[in-house]
Amino acid sequence: MERRLFSTEGRFVMQDRLWMKMRGMLLRAYSKLTAMHHKLWITLLATSLISFSCSRTEKDAPFQGFTTPANFPAPVYDLARNPVTSAGFELGRQLFYEPRLSRNNTISCGDCHLQTSAFTHHGHDVSHGIDDRLGSRNAPPIMNLAWHPSYMLDGGIFDLDLQPIAPITNPVEMDETMENVLQKLRGMPAYTRLFEKAFGTPEITTARFNKAMAQFMVMVVSNHSKYDEVMRHNGAGFSPEEAAGYEVFKQQCNSCHREPLFSDFSFRNNGIGAGPNDDKGRYEITLNPADAYKFKVPSLRNLGFTAPYMHDGRFRTLEGVLGHYEKEIQPMATLDPLLKEGVHLSPTDKKNLLAFLQTLNDTSFITDRRFAEQP
Amino acid sequence: MNRIYILLLTVVFLFSACSRKETVAPAGNGQLATLSVQFDNIVGAKNLQLNTGVYVNASGETFRISLLQYYISNISVQDANGKAYTVPQDSSYFLVSEENAASQFVKVRVPEGDYQRLTFTLGVDSLRNTMDISKRTGVLDPSTGMDNGMYWSWNSGYIFFKMEGTSDAAPADPSGQHKFRYHIGGFGGYSAPTINNIKTITIDLRPAGVAKVRSGREANVHLLVDVMQVFNGRTKVSIAQNPTVMFSNFSTGIADNYAEMFTHDHTEN
Repeated sequence: MERRLFSTEGRFVMQDRLWMKMRGMLLRAYSKLTAMHHKLWITLLATSLISFSCSRTEKDAPFQGFTTPANFPAPVYDLARNPVTSAGFELGRQLFYEPRLSRNNTISCGDCHLQTSAFTHHGHDVSHGIDDRLGSRNAPPIMNLAWHPSYMLDGGIFDLDLQPIAPITNPVEMDETMENVLQKLRGMPAYTRLFEKAFGTPEITTARFNKAMAQFMVMVVSNHSKYDEVMRHNGAGFSPEEAAGYEVFKQQCNSCHREPLFSDFSFRNNGIGAGPNDDKGRYEITLNPADAYKFKVPSLRNLGFTAPYMHDGRFRTLEGVLGHYEKEIQPMATLDPLLKEGVHLSPTDKKNLLAFLQTLNDTSFITDRRFAEQP
Repeated sequence: MNRIYILLLTVVFLFSACSRKETVAPAGNGQLATLSVQFDNIVGAKNLQLNTGVYVNASGETFRISLLQYYISNISVQDANGKAYTVPQDSSYFLVSEENAASQFVKVRVPEGDYQRLTFTLGVDSLRNTMDISKRTGVLDPSTGMDNGMYWSWNSGYIFFKMEGTSDAAPADPSGQHKFRYHIGGFGGYSAPTINNIKTITIDLRPAGVAKVRSGREANVHLLVDVMQVFNGRTKVSIAQNPTVMFSNFSTGIADNYAEMFTHDHTEN
């Protein structure tokens, strides 16, 4: 069983490699031919286009697989271990929007991770899961996860392939067992077909389920904000306000919310003080007193769509967040040293900073049909 | 001259190799045979009977046990010469459950031979805790073989030892039950060090009988697993004071206790 799984995965890797090789050869041929007869060049282009369109079944643009944006570092997620294929991605997307992952088939991942709010639960400080049970933390965005070294606000999960099990089995989220989820899917021919397409045989296993979900999640990349276009020198430019705000950002925020992902993914106590439920964050994972009340530094990307803010969603607005950093930081034993003195911003700085932060919004991300539930 | 010397050396070497094969275990051709290790759960002087058995711990608390499950993994055996054989890791993970009689006989394939030491891990080694999900099959698959949930999804890692029961000493939980729940795990942490409750247990089989593993037979090493140790070991555990122990510093005391649960009663060869 295990061996079969490997051989099919191997075959996919081979196919991908073969495809990359062929593409490379074609590209090299093109560049040589440009120096040659125009007619021949055009004929070749036309032929390849025809064959291209024939080999594709979907109407959208051809599947690109996972690509690293020009202004991003190399991803942390090991894509060689789980190469993204068109079929794997589509299966993962189907599962992401599948309410059968919950005990009573009512809640899907997409219910608390809404694309329109950059895959967070807009307007909810904490989310309501199955039977409207409330969680204890604000739903984090599904966005640029391939660059995260750990998952969840406390970093308790170290592999994206293990992540889906957490919300599925959490009693206040989906309250289901993995065993039942797989049983439900096995009973649906549509799924056995999708698994066969993605992995070569129709078996539905824990590993395949999670790998498909990971393939979808790593593909959910936001890199078309105005900030990105400016950084990639695509003709876009910051307004004078935004440019001034960018300078403020680099001085005051960049040490934790590091470019270009706008987080260094470390765990820090930003001095908002213990909440009513005394959530100790990272401490729950390490049991190290030095980690008490620390949470993962969230990315600032798409912050225009993801209010409310902080691990428990206590701030409704960005003005509220900046107000905290200016004058409400609470002295705690594990407070981040960088915040001991607070963050001092003039009214102009603040206005400019807010203008810059809005350049991190990526409208194409929240409207991208590839990430949406398919009709 | 030199040639003769080499020839002589070779002959001596061959002879010595041959003679070892014939007289000392493990028997020569490395033929694999089944070794069974029985995990017979008891509570002090009594046999463990789920739900019905009534026991009293050193803190004077009366309790019953409703669930007992633990992982046994990374089994190896050692012969009289100190030669060790480690069962290939992929075939060396077992979930012993009091509810499931068959699960209490852990069966591995080892070369024929006489073994006087048995080593195993209570829990799941840290490496496997961090492996790719495709390497988590059988009892390690979060969707099968662990009906009562032996995996922490929120803090990626296996629960090594799970014991639940009832006691009047336990305060009423929100559902009104007087339960104690011990879910012990922790493999040392992935990116930051934390508690490690993996225990390696080595048992000298000589006093109660070495295991003579032969093809066509099934040697059975009968171990008694005294779960009373969980309460009465080096760390005294009171149900009243610690009705629920999961991922916390106190769990290391319970893990130290469960490392002392195992005694070798006898071997059926």
